[in-house]
Amino acid sequence: MQIHISSSDGVPIYLQIVNQVKYLVAAGRLNHGEEMPPIRALAEQLLINPNTVARAYRELETAGIVEKRRTAGTYVAQAGSPLSRQQRRRILQERVDALLAESRQMDVPTDDLIQLIWQRDKHMTTWPTGGRHDPA
Amino acid sequence: MTPHENADREAVIQTQDLSRHFGDVTALDNVTLTVPRGSVFGLVGVNGAGKTTLIRHVLGLLKAQAGSIRVFGLDPVAEPVRVLARIGYLAEENDLPDWMRVGELLRYTRAFYPTWDESYAEALRRTFELDLNAKVRHLSKGQRARTGLLLALAHCPEVLVLDEPSSGLDPIVRRDILAAIIRTISDEGRTVLFSSHLLDEVERVSDHVAMIHDGRIVLCDRTEAIKDSHREATIRFDEPRGEPPSIPGALAWSGAAHEWTAVHRGSPDELHAATARAGGRWVHQRALSLDEIFVAHVGAENLVSAEA
Repeated sequence: MQIHISSSDGVPIYLQIVNQVKYLVAAGRLNHGEEMPPIRALAEQLLINPNTVARAYRELETAGIVEKRRTAGTYVAQAGSPLSRQQRRRILQERVDALLAESRQMDVPTDDLIQLIWQRDKHMTTWPTGGRHDPA
Repeated sequence: MTPHENADREAVIQTQDLSRHFGDVTALDNVTLTVPRGSVFGLVGVNGAGKTTLIRHVLGLLKAQAGSIRVFGLDPVAEPVRVLARIGYLAEENDLPDWMRVGELLRYTRAFYPTWDESYAEALRRTFELDLNAKVRHLSKGQRARTGLLLALAHCPEVLVLDEPSSGLDPIVRRDILAAIIRTISDEGRTVLFSSHLLDEVERVSDHVAMIHDGRIVLCDRTEAIKDSHREATIRFDEPRGEPPSIPGALAWSGAAHEWTAVHRGSPDELHAATARAGGRWVHQRALSLDEIFVAHVGAENLVSAEA
């Protein structure tokens, strides 16, 4: 599991883990049923406090992305996105607004922007892991 | 009952109004803090802020001039043997006997500690690639630090105390030190107190932070609470202003005319209310790194002490 922690941009470290695990799941690089590294192992790998990893795992569990199993250990959950249609729409709407603000500021017509979205979508379909950027 | 009695269970180190002067210089000024058992406690401050002086009190190398310090509920000056047997210590200057070989130094140190774990010491020696026959004098700075770290860890201390452990070391040795900190607290109940001016390292591994400046504790809390209670906020005004608005909890301002940006300490709700009262709108916010929070506090320390 490839996770990169930066302590210079202010984003809490547990949140960086949460965001990157979400991304890895969405990008198909962490699959349903895969086991997450034990808390202590990930803490030693990333050189961060084990409590921080534990908090990230708790948040991911609450969000339905991972699940604890009785046999001990944390696994990527089987369920899809636990977010309601409305919640998903709200999150995307924020991103779209930010994108529109940027493109207007750079004088890019909205039609060109939509064209670009189609292009990138095609690119992502052809190269499943290519062309994406780390969200953090 | 004094606050120190019965404190051993939750606090491994506790100071109460601890003050220390060297001539005219105030090295520690009414320092009150508690290092909870099982925590990684980061002590941060610029050089000369008082970090090393505080650590020397913990080790019983300095006697409290005013106030008190207790380690495991004991006075480290009155009971040095009982205290030091339970502490592993790595100093910044790392004073090792140059004339010894590494193997001799390990045997020599082992004799002082009944709790020395020989198999653990050997495992660390292999990990750190230390040559038993090498003279201490001929070790590189990194190998010296690793030797010091081994000596601090091998008797399985309840408290590991590291004074500026990363100072002047290459990234690989710094990694070894951070990994040792993490492994130490992964073992139930063990505690780490370390001082550093590298705020990014402190943010990664500490769950408690004390910021010290001119001998005074400027801020002391759980790392998460410090992060949650500070943010950078940009406020916009319809009319240009010549000076920043008066907002309680604002530590440092930058900006001009319509837009002013503050490092704010407090709740978002308080900031919202104060912004509205000042006639502005909150247009942007950003989480801050520990480093940025530290700079805001030390730059605005007079403001903080006036509020306290």
